[in-house]
Amino acid sequence: MAASAYVWLFLAAAYFLIPLYATLAFSLKKNEAGTPCCTLANYSWVIHNGDFWHTIKISFLLAIETIVISLLLFVPTIYWVHLKLPKLRPVIAFMALIPFIVPPIVMVVGLLRVFRGTPHWFYAEPWGFLATAYVILAFPYMFFSLDAGFRSIDVHTLTEASQSLGASWPTTLFRVILPNIRSAALAASFLTLAIVLGEFTIANLAAFHTFPIFLQYVNESQGFPAGALTLLSFMITWAAMLSLLLVGRKRAARGALITGPR
Amino acid sequence: MTYLQLENLHRDFGTVKALNGININLGEGEFLSLLGPSGCGKTTALRLVAGFDRPDAGRIVVDGKDVTGVPPNKRDMGMVFQAYSLFPNMTARQNVEFGLKIRGKDKSDRSKSVTDLLELVGLGHAVDRYPHQLSGGMQQRVALARALAIQPSVLLLDEPLSALDAKVRVQLREEIRRIQLELGITTLYVTHDQEEALAISDHVAVMYGGVIEQMGTPAEMYTAPATPFVAEFIGTMNRLESTVVGDGEVEHAGLRLQVAEARGRRTGERVLVLIRPESLELEAATNGGAPNSFNGEVLTQTFLGPVTRVKVTGGGTSLIADMSTARAAALPVGARVTAKIPAEGAKLLSLPDDGPALAELVHDED
Repeated sequence: MAASAYVWLFLAAAYFLIPLYATLAFSLKKNEAGTPCCTLANYSWVIHNGDFWHTIKISFLLAIETIVISLLLFVPTIYWVHLKLPKLRPVIAFMALIPFIVPPIVMVVGLLRVFRGTPHWFYAEPWGFLATAYVILAFPYMFFSLDAGFRSIDVHTLTEASQSLGASWPTTLFRVILPNIRSAALAASFLTLAIVLGEFTIANLAAFHTFPIFLQYVNESQGFPAGALTLLSFMITWAAMLSLLLVGRKRAARGALITGPR
Repeated sequence: MTYLQLENLHRDFGTVKALNGININLGEGEFLSLLGPSGCGKTTALRLVAGFDRPDAGRIVVDGKDVTGVPPNKRDMGMVFQAYSLFPNMTARQNVEFGLKIRGKDKSDRSKSVTDLLELVGLGHAVDRYPHQLSGGMQQRVALARALAIQPSVLLLDEPLSALDAKVRVQLREEIRRIQLELGITTLYVTHDQEEALAISDHVAVMYGGVIEQMGTPAEMYTAPATPFVAEFIGTMNRLESTVVGDGEVEHAGLRLQVAEARGRRTGERVLVLIRPESLELEAATNGGAPNSFNGEVLTQTFLGPVTRVKVTGGGTSLIADMSTARAAALPVGARVTAKIPAEGAKLLSLPDDGPALAELVHDED
């Protein structure tokens, strides 16, 4: 590697690490001005805060719900588009861009209007309204990851081989297709997890109490614990991604090898 | 007795008639190759038999049962694809086992037949390898074992060797034939390689433009092509567009030839004289015009191992002759030679009086 590459690597690392370090230093300070470093009191405050555990649980469950609904919705759809309706692919790719183009503030106003009058269990609960909004938000990430996965395998031949051996559509999808797009589905799930754990605008405007809302509240009211909370949430998100990765690592590694020599 | 019957199959894709009424009757345990250039409809026909596509008209009957409307997963047809058909997430063993699992076979039965089949295709040592750890030829062997595992009523092969190296191709085609004979399984084989089709089939059907041009044994197809297209497609052929000028005599560009098959034909009829390169005899030029001889100059020599292909040109006509490499050495490029055209060995086909030029008939695929 050339020396200039190291310089760029260093600059990039600094760009990401300096804010993290600053947050860490800030989170270790005491509330009273002038006292020397260091204390873990801010971390203790976070861990002993009931709202922290409550909101993070909601956000996690929401993330899992969004991932499950999205996969159930998009895997069969994108499979079918690749297999039978390839002309529809560009149309869906365009539709997938809409959540990027429409600002969340516009989207949430629209969604609140559309779903006004729906039952209480849907409209007033995060599991209904918010999950629906998040499936829409996750659509682009789901579509482009899964689409790449489906393009890396020979969907037609694998499907026909499976059928000629006697497999039904569900068997073909679950035993032949899904295991071979596993790494793509995993990537899509990562991105969805990250989005849901960090989404603020929609939850705030629709008045739901999720983790990002709690984070914002702490940030505004108590300076030093906010630093601790930020770092903790950062680590929790990374831990969640790492565990997802570990679950799918064996298959994902194999998937990468298969696409290699083709 | 007919086991597999394709009855007047039609299939259109938009304005293209991919299949325009094909009929095939195949006996049990027979091996038929569908041969033709790309776009001739051979793969369409195979996909109709497999059930991946439905005909616009016509019927497919297997062992007396009409299967035209049966979905592919209920047809019991073993299919081997061109390439990349093995399930990448499963080992060779799991791939072969897949169809048996779906049929609910119990574990010990499955295990035994999978082992036997992988032995049969010569892969007893690689049962636990994943497809990406197998060469192209080995992958196709696994694909063959997988198709055979379900004990299919008909075995379908869609250009299974086209993605392989020449040497592996020859080796594997012989094994496919050996296994097919050993199991006595009715087989439909699609290929664009005429040598492959002639080498391993009981019957060959040459297809062009959605119809079967001619169907017969490999020897019949080679020695007695029924249409100009078949003559061109199977083997190498010298083709002389000629006119009948007398009883048993034709003329091509000033060259008069005695051809046994021209006897009894109408004078003035347009015909195509077909001569295999191996039935031409070349020798150093002789003076005087002996009957049925063509004088020219050696244009090129192509070394093919034991034989050498010599192209002779003269008076606007070119002929190709195959001769032993040893004798060809005496006739270097530029040498004046005489080609003797046998009156008995040449075939004759009628040409339409005002039809398209032959070149168009034969070459519009390329």
